[in-house]
Amino acid sequence: MRYGASNTAEAVNSAFLFIFITCVALLALITCLMIAFVIKYHHSRHTQVVNIKGNAALEVIWTVIPTILVLIMFYYGVAGFRVMRVGPANAFQVHVTGRMWSWLFTYKNGIQSDTLKIPVDTTIKTVISSQDVLHSFFIPAFRIKQDAVPGRENHLYFKAYRVGSYDVMCAEFCGLRHAYMLSKVEVMPKQAFFDWYAKNKPKELPKVKPGASRTAQLAARGAQLVQLKGCTTCHSADGSKKVGPSFKGLYGSMVTVATRGKTRTVTADDAYLRRSILEPGADVVKGHLNIMPSQKGLLTDEEAESLIAHIAGLKGGKAEQ
Amino acid sequence: MTAAVIAAAPREPSYLAYRGRYSGILGWIFSLDHKRIGVMYLIAQAVFFLVGASLGVTMRLQLMRPDNHLVQPQVYNALFTLHGVIMIFLFVIPSLSASFGNFFLPILIGAKDVSFPKLNLMSWYLFMIGAVVALMSLFTGNGPPDTGWTFYVPYSIRTSTNVVMGLTGVFIIGFSSILTGLNFITTVHRLRAPGMSWFRMPLFVWALYATAWIQVLATPILGITLALVVVERLAGVGIFDPAKGGDPILYQHLFWIYSHPAVYIMILPAMGAITEIIPTFSHRTIFGYKAIAMSSMAIALLGSLVWGHHMFVSGQSDVADITFSLLTFLVAIPSAVKVFNWTATLYKGSIVLEAPMLYALSFIFLFSIGGLTGLMQGALAVDVHLHDTAFIVGHFHYVMFGGTGFGFFAALHYWFPKMFGRSYSDKVARLAWGILFVGFNTLYFPFLILGWLGMPRRYYTYSFPQFASLEMLSTVGSWILVTGILLMVGNFLHAALKGARAEDNPWGGVTLDWKIPSPPPLENFEQIPVITQGPYDGFEGQAPR
Repeated sequence: MRYGASNTAEAVNSAFLFIFITCVALLALITCLMIAFVIKYHHSRHTQVVNIKGNAALEVIWTVIPTILVLIMFYYGVAGFRVMRVGPANAFQVHVTGRMWSWLFTYKNGIQSDTLKIPVDTTIKTVISSQDVLHSFFIPAFRIKQDAVPGRENHLYFKAYRVGSYDVMCAEFCGLRHAYMLSKVEVMPKQAFFDWYAKNKPKELPKVKPGASRTAQLAARGAQLVQLKGCTTCHSADGSKKVGPSFKGLYGSMVTVATRGKTRTVTADDAYLRRSILEPGADVVKGHLNIMPSQKGLLTDEEAESLIAHIAGLKGGKAEQ
Repeated sequence: MTAAVIAAAPREPSYLAYRGRYSGILGWIFSLDHKRIGVMYLIAQAVFFLVGASLGVTMRLQLMRPDNHLVQPQVYNALFTLHGVIMIFLFVIPSLSASFGNFFLPILIGAKDVSFPKLNLMSWYLFMIGAVVALMSLFTGNGPPDTGWTFYVPYSIRTSTNVVMGLTGVFIIGFSSILTGLNFITTVHRLRAPGMSWFRMPLFVWALYATAWIQVLATPILGITLALVVVERLAGVGIFDPAKGGDPILYQHLFWIYSHPAVYIMILPAMGAITEIIPTFSHRTIFGYKAIAMSSMAIALLGSLVWGHHMFVSGQSDVADITFSLLTFLVAIPSAVKVFNWTATLYKGSIVLEAPMLYALSFIFLFSIGGLTGLMQGALAVDVHLHDTAFIVGHFHYVMFGGTGFGFFAALHYWFPKMFGRSYSDKVARLAWGILFVGFNTLYFPFLILGWLGMPRRYYTYSFPQFASLEMLSTVGSWILVTGILLMVGNFLHAALKGARAEDNPWGGVTLDWKIPSPPPLENFEQIPVITQGPYDGFEGQAPR
């Protein structure tokens, strides 16, 4: 008999149910005794106090019974935990990457997605990591959570029971847009999932061929990269205000920045954009916080070039900020 | 009033009236008297509590509705960091230990002062300097810290906000805590009155003694850890940041090796005060004296071995997860024993429901909820779901506010007449208690449900409709709670300025604190008392007023 949206939800719910009922019973016992004693032995009714200093039998009983109860709770907790930590070798593997402030899901065949698409009734092994600071991959409906830690891979197994769409949240505080670091799990029928999986072989990023339209080719790559690398979480392409400055009309414009605390005005040329991507703290644009994570080591030279070409292409018209 | 003054006339001048080398404010800030130092802690803590509470109320206003933008996200992140830092390091860690502990520890063991009065004053100065430095981080540098009170790396190393200043403040406060602990341990060992064997010490003293050991043993680890973060930020040494080759999980271990025992630094003294109040208002001896005393020590010991339960989903090994889960369940047992003993102490007593007793009984109820929700998180599978959600915040506030906070209020109502020689209005106090109790549960119970539904903590705002009504209810609770707090504070201020003179023993207590004048004279006892019986043996044949 399955209850809950996944095998993990089932395990957590049953452990929780036992502990919850025990706790409610204990709380009710203590509270009722307190109220009963306060009424019965209120000084208006009871003045002949009896100085009972202890009762060995009673004290042993109320030490032993809670000990047994908490050991049962411990067992339930470990049993449910095994469901999340131990899975079959042939589990379907997905890499989960946290970064400020979006999730990236990478499949074995190279597909990358910003929502987690998975087949129903299949054990999924998530391999969880982070590009920058701590995040925590949290699917409330499945009752699972695992920190995304830079420099290490954490594992979590689960099997979804029902087709549907469920929330993904970040549960470990990660800075300004922590509350917006959300995504979805799409649990799909097996057939539909594997169709999608086969058809969506990762589009090879267009190779840069030598020729006159090199800039155009780079810009086309850049347009894909801003999605994939999560740039658009904070930077708009249409001039609307987000956490970071908009890309629209940025290239070639005069930007007021703070460099080591001193305000100056610079032209947003290639060198400036490259520096802003690789060392975002070097020149902080006025009106914005110094919060962008450095992309040094996360981008190849060519990718940085592509991003700059893409931004340069979004020149058209002055931004309306 | 005149009768009372005349009656008091032949006595030694009270510690409040005593004039030493300095007078006025200098007579306080240079005083080596443990009672004056205790009162100075009390005032400082009360102020910090009110500041911290205002920050908390602002957070509730921001979360009142979905997609609310009352404050900027960066401001909200600073709010929950400061609320945490102020409440934890400036209110609940010193908690009853620094204020009531300083005031009553020597009195309850029949001593004239603590072992090292000058060190005691220095501890207060360190506390205040640390507090000022921590608060200065608000107004200097790149704005207040936005890391949460846990200062988790690598975020705390990368954020541009004023983390170093905040950490330095906490570092200094740590020394105040260590030195106070050292002072209390020595005092308990060396200054007990003749005849006061270990098992004749009042249970508040046992609780302070257990707390002092945790303060001395665990606080240095926090100091070192925070110093390492500062070194990493300023010198770029890769200790915790993986980008520099460090290990962020190591930071979490070091942080919680202190910060979990610190939770017991916060709660044990409150448990001790409750253990004094319940026999006094039941007019009978405590049930299971030795069990309560030993459970304090057991909590201090076991509580030092459970830090890993904050890290079940961090990526530490499964073996560590399972071990820490088991140890966490074991530490629940001494706490449960205390609750059963308190309840049993009501049996065949003669109970008077004055304000301190109402606070003490509600402490048992609220602390039980806090402890039982702790069991839910101790179970590995359940914690994976509940970790870092509003459930944790609810649990923590049930323990720290429902426990330590209500314990603090209980102690304040219990000892206020002794400390200041004035009576407050019991009617107003009971009304304020009722409002506080209702407000508290309205504010924090929704957190438990919200967490189970999946509302993460430290969220600036949320769009999920399933959270809206509970968040609203919780915010309404914060308004009720604040009303109760203000009423209580007003009642005390009125009593301090215009209250009727208090009797020496208004509640019919039997411990040494009730055998000396209210307020106590400078040296507490004209003659050091000789102890011939247990601390709660004086109730024989005594009926309440």
